[in-house]
Amino acid sequence: MQYQSQLVAKPYFIAAIGLFIAQILFGLIVGAQYVIGDFLFPEIPFNVARMVHTNLLVVWLLFGFMGAAYYLVPEESERELYSPRLAMITFWVFLVTGALTIIGYLAVPYATLAAMTGNDILPTMGREFLEQPLITKVGILLVVVSLLYNVTMTTLMGRKTSITIILLMGLWGLAFFWLFAFYNPANLVLDKYYWWWVIHLWVEGVWELIMAALLAFVLIKVTGVDREVIDKWMYIIIALALITGILGTGHHYYWIGTPGYWQWIGSIFSALEPIPFFVMTLFAFSMVNRRRRDHPNKIATLWALGTAVTAFLGAGVWGFMHTLAPVNYYTHGSQITAAHGHLAFYGAYVMVVLTIISYTMPIMRGRVANSPQAQLWETWSFWLMTVSMVVITLLLTGAGVMQVWLQRISETPMSFMATQDELATFYWLRLVGGVVFFIGLIIYVISFFIKGDVTLLSANNQEGSEKVGIPKADTFKEDIQPTIAEMKVEQDDVPVAQISTSKMEESPVPVETSTQEMPLKDK
Amino acid sequence: MSSVYFTKSAARNIFFGGSVFFFLLFLVLTFDTTRKLPKSDHRENLTEEVVRGKHVWETNNCVGCHSLLGEGAYFAPELGNVYTRRGEAFIKVWMQAMPTGAPGRRQMPQFNLTDEQLDDLVAFLKWTSEIDTQGWPPNIEG
Repeated sequence: MQYQSQLVAKPYFIAAIGLFIAQILFGLIVGAQYVIGDFLFPEIPFNVARMVHTNLLVVWLLFGFMGAAYYLVPEESERELYSPRLAMITFWVFLVTGALTIIGYLAVPYATLAAMTGNDILPTMGREFLEQPLITKVGILLVVVSLLYNVTMTTLMGRKTSITIILLMGLWGLAFFWLFAFYNPANLVLDKYYWWWVIHLWVEGVWELIMAALLAFVLIKVTGVDREVIDKWMYIIIALALITGILGTGHHYYWIGTPGYWQWIGSIFSALEPIPFFVMTLFAFSMVNRRRRDHPNKIATLWALGTAVTAFLGAGVWGFMHTLAPVNYYTHGSQITAAHGHLAFYGAYVMVVLTIISYTMPIMRGRVANSPQAQLWETWSFWLMTVSMVVITLLLTGAGVMQVWLQRISETPMSFMATQDELATFYWLRLVGGVVFFIGLIIYVISFFIKGDVTLLSANNQEGSEKVGIPKADTFKEDIQPTIAEMKVEQDDVPVAQISTSKMEESPVPVETSTQEMPLKDK
Repeated sequence: MSSVYFTKSAARNIFFGGSVFFFLLFLVLTFDTTRKLPKSDHRENLTEEVVRGKHVWETNNCVGCHSLLGEGAYFAPELGNVYTRRGEAFIKVWMQAMPTGAPGRRQMPQFNLTDEQLDDLVAFLKWTSEIDTQGWPPNIEG
């Protein structure tokens, strides 16, 4: 960590993890209610528990994105954050808003909450994922605008890298499309049409920019691969993501009262949506294979690889599975949708936030990386959470296939509730999967408290310089050219100080602008 | 990725150019859809009752358990076609009888809707069932 103000990310990440735990607890409640219908009824009806489960997910991911932005932007811009104080005020505003909203959901009936919070003035509530009271929606907007102001000013006053440009585009897009949360026409078809401008254009649009930027940042740090190479991959991935994803919105416009041509547009473009995720997988593995140093933070690298693979499976493969209109005709709104939703959100967004937390938290706690013992715990949590989520997804897929068969394809279709009874075995096993996931999460939390032998950050071991770790022997192969900074390093233990250049972006020879370098021993 | 012909700035240009182009195309399609929607959404039947019914639907978070035209939660039956599946009288009696209290069964809360709210809700569900949804759902069970 090179700048003191990057530390504001820490409370954001701690809050994110706290809300993550709460999210999973409510996920377990929801999962239990699928098989024990009257579990916690009438205290916490299903609709309330599910709303808390999904809203907490969005809020903690936003905490993660924000923390990531506050950490990453100063380092990339090579200057302190424009206003750390504003970032801290924003943190408390967001946390209090989020907490009050959840308490509101749990404490009073939803209709009462709507009446109390002025939903009659501007009705925005009661739509999936956009259940928040008007004041919470305004609060989210203000919090995001505050973040944008802070990180945009920081970037404008400092170095502008491709990563910050893409991250900022993603965050500005997030704020822009959030505005459609305030548009709720009386015409249900129009309501649904623009509802997707928040939901789809977030998760299959601008959030992918944020994800790509975070992944690129961590990969530069842990692999030491040249920034020019990583930037190029990042642009290819997000180009593919938006070229396929924007018109891919059409896969939501098949059956909601919109014209039939969306079946063609949606099918064609969303069938291509797995491509950027596949390229992201190639990207992550290729960068790690071509790494120029072995960073001591192994688990951050594992999270980064895991993100790419699981996002490809969840968003790519499971999305493709039901995206073609003739298939979607049967699977729309079934457990197949739930299966896809779980693995896509976990693989793409949960894991990318855990990646950035895994890389930055040790640094913010004064170490290059956590101790091998702590990393071992975190590795266990990685596998427990990831494998159990894959199993949950497979079970929900099984439930979905059976549901579609019994309720929609069969010559003698069963009713919805009769079909649900037939799926009980899948739901029970899914609940077991949820419990294993929760155990993985507990182990994840414990990993933060495992001591062991840590390498502390020192002047010669300055994390953030993109040069931490043991250089690999085959550093200068292929097209990877030595940087000017490295060429100047001629003997051991002499850190090269203050090499900087303004020609970073377009320079034919990649130039690093970091302040401190680890000496290369194999030169 | 070492080609000198396919540079980072080429990738960047494809990203910016491609995103802008496809977003504009999306806006054009949105414009076209907006022009064609009145045919499929039968907005001429959006009465005061239907509008109030949508408000009842939203303020009781019905979508937290049910799906409507396939969107929402998948815990309880699809309601986009419930008007055709069950009819007005059934819907009203059903809502007034909740919760069943049957042990171990999924429970629907009692929302204590007034008669007027029930009428509005039914009007909304009737209007929704008449949207041209390209033949979805596959059968009456939703």
